[in-house]
Amino acid sequence: MKIHEYQAKQILSRYNIPVQRGEVASSPEEAREIAKTIGGMVVVKAQVHAGGRGKAGGVKLAKTPDEAEEKAQAILGMDIKGSTVRRVLITQAADIAKEFYLGVIIDRGVRGITLMGSSEGGVEIEEVAKTNPEKIIKVTADPFLGLSDFQARELAFGMGIENDKINGFVTIAKELYRAFVENDADILEINPLILNDKGEWQALDAKMVYDDNALYRHKEAEDLRDLGEEEQAEIEARKAGLSYVKLDGDIGCVVNGAGLAMATMDTLLLYGGQPANFLDIGGGAKADKVAAAIRIILSEPKVKAILFNIFGGITRGDDVAKGIIAGLEQVKTDVPIVIRLVGTNSEEGRKILEEANLKSAETLAEAAQKVVNVAKERK
Amino acid sequence: MSILIDKNTRLLVQGITGREGAYHTKQMLEYGTNVVAGTNPGRGGTKTEGVPVFNTVKEAVEKTKANASVIYVPARFAPDSIIEAVDAGIPLVVCITEGIPVKDMVPVYHYVKMKGARLIGPNCPGLITPGESKVGIIPGYILTPGNIGVVSKSGTLTYEVVNALTLKGMGQSTAVGIGGDPIIGTSFIDILELFQNDPNTEKIVMLGEIGGNAEILAAEYVKAHVTKPVYGFIAGQTAPPGKRMGHAGAIISGGEGTAAEKIKAFRDNGIKVGESPAQIADII
Repeated sequence: MKIHEYQAKQILSRYNIPVQRGEVASSPEEAREIAKTIGGMVVVKAQVHAGGRGKAGGVKLAKTPDEAEEKAQAILGMDIKGSTVRRVLITQAADIAKEFYLGVIIDRGVRGITLMGSSEGGVEIEEVAKTNPEKIIKVTADPFLGLSDFQARELAFGMGIENDKINGFVTIAKELYRAFVENDADILEINPLILNDKGEWQALDAKMVYDDNALYRHKEAEDLRDLGEEEQAEIEARKAGLSYVKLDGDIGCVVNGAGLAMATMDTLLLYGGQPANFLDIGGGAKADKVAAAIRIILSEPKVKAILFNIFGGITRGDDVAKGIIAGLEQVKTDVPIVIRLVGTNSEEGRKILEEANLKSAETLAEAAQKVVNVAKERK
Repeated sequence: MSILIDKNTRLLVQGITGREGAYHTKQMLEYGTNVVAGTNPGRGGTKTEGVPVFNTVKEAVEKTKANASVIYVPARFAPDSIIEAVDAGIPLVVCITEGIPVKDMVPVYHYVKMKGARLIGPNCPGLITPGESKVGIIPGYILTPGNIGVVSKSGTLTYEVVNALTLKGMGQSTAVGIGGDPIIGTSFIDILELFQNDPNTEKIVMLGEIGGNAEILAAEYVKAHVTKPVYGFIAGQTAPPGKRMGHAGAIISGGEGTAAEKIKAFRDNGIKVGESPAQIADII
């Protein structure tokens, strides 16, 4: 789960990582008041989950409260990569002497928590990885001992930080690591981490993503969730316990298992179709889940047909067929549905579907071709 | 011959009294797996599906000489279960549980390595040596004994491919689901090495998906160390960047981990790639 810059900075503050004074505003008037309280030059920053806010015109300097109001007016309501800006962060402008990057990630390669630092701050780290990979310094915390001071110092020396600034940096790196671990983050980065003209460290921008698997032990994080950043259908899917991702195509997909769901979408593509979504219905395909899945898929008006691909496995095909029929009774639709059912008791299942006048198929290829054809007929 | 499990496997089921644990214990017994013990702290002395239940893994191992374990306990307790099994000296631990916080797996992974044990999963369907032993949740009847080794990150995608192989009369030596999480105990490369050294495995099928670079490293390993023919499939060509596709590990981040680059790595390293999962059976 992603959170906003201002939320991530609030977490950093709790770990004594210096951030500038600032507050979030949802109207131009509020922006003016905040700018007045802060005094002097401020930055007005769009709060959206998408990256590239600066390039999109979502970050502006303002010299006076009047100007802050004006800039907030321009930025609020702006569309940045599909997200509408509903809040702006007003912060003190910083006098930057030097910019760095500092991030913490789960590193699959070494199965550990890795800190990455770079003297190339202010640009996306992926960009640095492509153009100047030698400018990225990495240290991996010990799986049992955590991050040691000497590791943070190694990072500092590698990043070219001057001797008198190293102790300050080590404190920030260790606190950032602690914030990452205690909050179960997937990613926590400060970019840029700056030295200002007074030689003080400051986190100018922050990004944080929570590990969804760990949200059960972070009830406080639920308050940070911004439903406005999510597709309505994704919110409903989460409530129904379904794993769903919206895509651009016109063929809805309902599959059990994440790998098979992706493979089903790939097979549609192979036969000239475009999937409208990823949806893993999990084991069982019970009536309520089927109904929820169909409702969610049909909330996207461009869906022309739906493909079910269920590999019975442990669950029985006849039970799945009954679940699909009961689900379809809850949600009436004239969008054509093709069902491919395999595995335990699949023949009985197919018979039940045929008696209910539902199109069924034996192989994934056959099902994909059928659904692509019916979708084309409806264009 | 096979890898990891066979008819000599003496299985312990951790979380045997739970809904999933009890159900799959029954399925494994029906398949012929030698399930010798179960655990549930507090239920020691009882039986589930005729299998004796113990309070601790240590006691279960002492009394039954279990040499493999499968874990069906909820995500918040599963890391402790893995450590308990390894600590009791069990050399092979299979964790089916989905949804373990990724960070929790960091010390667990290194602890298992340090103790010289092998962990499969978490978030995996387990493994099966057709006709001999099944550990996990893979439906047994879709497999048939033979000489194709199958290794995969995903459950139902494995079933799809194995089913297609069986329907074409091509049997399997062992099928292993390694799991879809970012940190898993056993990698593609570990299993490739075992298949390469298994005299009964003649061909290998490797099923990957978007996210991370495990498939790319595996493809390079195949070119350098595997002499047996390898066939592959990568799921997720239509996946958008930055979105988690069900599995915690299935996410394209920073433009890396796409299906296209993995398919290319497979092809560049001599792995024949199926256009769809079922097509793998055709190209073999």
